[in-house]
Amino acid sequence: MKLELGKFEIRDVQFAQRSYIEDHVLYVNKAEVEALVLEDDKLLECHLDIARPGERTRITPVKDVLEPRVKVSGGEIFPGMIGKVSPQVGSGRTHALDGMTVVTVGRIVGFQEGVIDMSGVAADYCPFSKTVNLCVVIEPREGLETHVYEKAGRMAGLKVATYLGELARELEPDTIEVYETKPVFEQAAQYPDLPKVGYIHMLQSQGLLHDTYYYGVDAKQIVPTFMYPTEIMDGAIVSGNCVAPCDKVTTYHHLHNPVIDECYKQHGKTINFMGVILTNENVFLADKERHSDMVAKFTNWLGLDGVLITEEGYGNPDTDLMMNCRKVERAGTKVVLITDEFPGKDGKSQSLADTCEEATALASCGQGNMTLHFPAMDKVIGMQDYIESQIGGWAGCINEDGSFEAEIQIIIASTIANGFNKLAARGY
Amino acid sequence: MVKGIEKYGIPVVHIATVVPISLTIGANRIVPAVGIPYPLGDVTQSEEDSYKIRENLCRRALKALQTPVTEQTVFEKD
Amino acid sequence: MAKYRIVHYLNQFFGGIGGEEMGHYEPTVQEAVIGPGTALAKALGDDYEIVATVICGDNYFGENLEKATDIICDMVKQYNPDVFVAGPAFNAGRYGVACGTICKAVEERLGIPVLSGMYEENPGTDMFKKDVILVKTGNSAATMRKAVPAFVNLIQKMATGQEILGPDIEGYHERGIRVNYFAEERGATRGMKMLLKKMAGEPFKTDLPMPKFDRVPIAEPVKDIKHAKIAIVTSSGVVPQGNPDHIESSNATRFGYYSIEGMDRLDKKDFFTVHGGYDRQFVLENPNLAVPVDALRNLEKAGEFGELVNYFAATTGTGTATGSAAKFGDAIGKRLLEENVQAVILTST
Repeated sequence: MKLELGKFEIRDVQFAQRSYIEDHVLYVNKAEVEALVLEDDKLLECHLDIARPGERTRITPVKDVLEPRVKVSGGEIFPGMIGKVSPQVGSGRTHALDGMTVVTVGRIVGFQEGVIDMSGVAADYCPFSKTVNLCVVIEPREGLETHVYEKAGRMAGLKVATYLGELARELEPDTIEVYETKPVFEQAAQYPDLPKVGYIHMLQSQGLLHDTYYYGVDAKQIVPTFMYPTEIMDGAIVSGNCVAPCDKVTTYHHLHNPVIDECYKQHGKTINFMGVILTNENVFLADKERHSDMVAKFTNWLGLDGVLITEEGYGNPDTDLMMNCRKVERAGTKVVLITDEFPGKDGKSQSLADTCEEATALASCGQGNMTLHFPAMDKVIGMQDYIESQIGGWAGCINEDGSFEAEIQIIIASTIANGFNKLAARGY
Repeated sequence: MVKGIEKYGIPVVHIATVVPISLTIGANRIVPAVGIPYPLGDVTQSEEDSYKIRENLCRRALKALQTPVTEQTVFEKD
Repeated sequence: MAKYRIVHYLNQFFGGIGGEEMGHYEPTVQEAVIGPGTALAKALGDDYEIVATVICGDNYFGENLEKATDIICDMVKQYNPDVFVAGPAFNAGRYGVACGTICKAVEERLGIPVLSGMYEENPGTDMFKKDVILVKTGNSAATMRKAVPAFVNLIQKMATGQEILGPDIEGYHERGIRVNYFAEERGATRGMKMLLKKMAGEPFKTDLPMPKFDRVPIAEPVKDIKHAKIAIVTSSGVVPQGNPDHIESSNATRFGYYSIEGMDRLDKKDFFTVHGGYDRQFVLENPNLAVPVDALRNLEKAGEFGELVNYFAATTGTGTATGSAAKFGDAIGKRLLEENVQAVILTST
């Protein structure tokens, strides 16, 4: 598949009488977007707000972060969710609004939504302190069941991102990047002397608001499969989970997968990037065993020399990570793991729930238990009412003035285990 | 705890559901249990059958205790 | 007038009292610089003064852990030092454990920064490196001179409140504490670089070495099962109604022994579970699902094994630190050994 990704550099977002893009500014008709979201009768209220880098603004509780994109050709964006499920995506031309995001915010669904600070010490730990964020703050109808609320929030974000992406359809992007992965034999033949490298992408699929969607299919239901990396750039994978905020792979992060980015950077130079092996993290031992066997079957069958593996979440998915690592290594492919750590508040406990001796190469994304003092902000988009029950907070952690103490795992994507950030941990 | 006891020379058999973790931590004799909320029995079956499973696992555990092993061993069969 | 005050701890040998035969020496404190303290004092210079030296026999300390710790902490408190230094213990095991123990106590009780040092293989190193900064030393006192600079540097940093950097820089044993920092490159780039090296067979450095879970020697199998005494131990959190020992639902800090004398099975009116990590409904209804007293009693009656011990040991397995679990296992193992128990069935969820 070959994809042309046209990027529009967006430097600011402003509300206006109509929605359009001009001179690197995205203008949004607030009322139109709010009405669009409220077409879903599960939602009582919706209002938009804008948060810019450097502002003394906090956004919480954050459900998902997305980037507006549109398929100019080759299918529809977010296939199976908003766009038509067929034709599949990953080729043709896609336009993206780069430098801004859509953030869905609202009363907590369950427990695990997070915080984004646009300035201050916590801003350093969050990639979204550097983007202009259009916040879609929603209020569910009275008594709405949690699964229904989660879906409503998810669809709201996808709708807005799609609506905004559409604005760029006919325009000329600032830059165009071309990504291509050929069918397996051709790809192997293109760079015969370079090591064949693949990316094993593990999706959160633990049920109970811990889901991810692949072309609209709940990832709990999939068995490992092959993907062209460009499919992911077109939203074939969408986040449906509220896993610990620090770890959550937002839809934005799926679109901007750093391992895929890195692999394409090296493609044709130091490696022959063969593609992505997609797998999940189910709660049954049998699934873990079965799927790790299948992953190793793929790496062996594709003749891969090396793979990078990323995980989403922590705890029992560490077992899936280690099973994948062990079986893939034993099947003859070299493995490097990328993940984050949870060694307890004092940093003294084991970082991972499981281990294997084949895990000799691990790039750390930092440890999520360290605590920070989050300063009081001038503006809160959403509400701070839930900080104490959000993961990383605790009873009594919040102060009268709105400042609070919490583990950095309360910050969206602070230790995201796909290697997006520079944060790492080392042993002292 | 398994290792804390076994280091005194007392053989310990670990009846546990999440076998990989038992292996990682270092138990030497392991018998896989049925499920996390019901390790020795099966609540989806009759009381009688659930008890039979329990007794069976105990027998297997006794057997494991009598079996010389040279490395970590998971006793999956009776 | 010295700006910073130090109290130094030594064992009977380094304190000049005597050798093994004086291991029972009870703690004393003198306002003097003794033994290895001399080298430290000289290198530290005039701004620092070892205002007192505590000497205690290794055997006395080991056999009277609580008492010795109390006495010595009181001694240290009197002098109100800026830093407390113990040893170094090199490869002397009892001394290493004493140094680690007293340092940990002084820090916890008096809030004073503490420092010690020992050789890698000293049992005290693995036991205390997480809690106490331990300078890396050689295995004998002949290496004292080499250890002095690291001691001096850390004492100065502790006294003046400067940031203590990584183990490789400051010369102490890696503590196994994970500390965040912002790397030059993002994780994906670091991972790719590691992969390129790994595929090429070149050396690389992982960010997180896998912990080595220690192994215990495999215990000999039971030879005569028909006469064997067997005990049940469980991490399923099954305890008597009322949870008399207040065992926690997660991250347990204690365990208990519970009688099953005269019982053919565990009845739900007598027992329940406190474990917070699994759906409790089934075990609450029938505790034998986690602690199989009914099955084992039947097997006992049928002569399949000798005797079921009349109590079981229990704690909660979820979120429980591996360190705690090891301590429980050790205490339980000790008691079972004393009572001639030949084997253990340990059940976990």
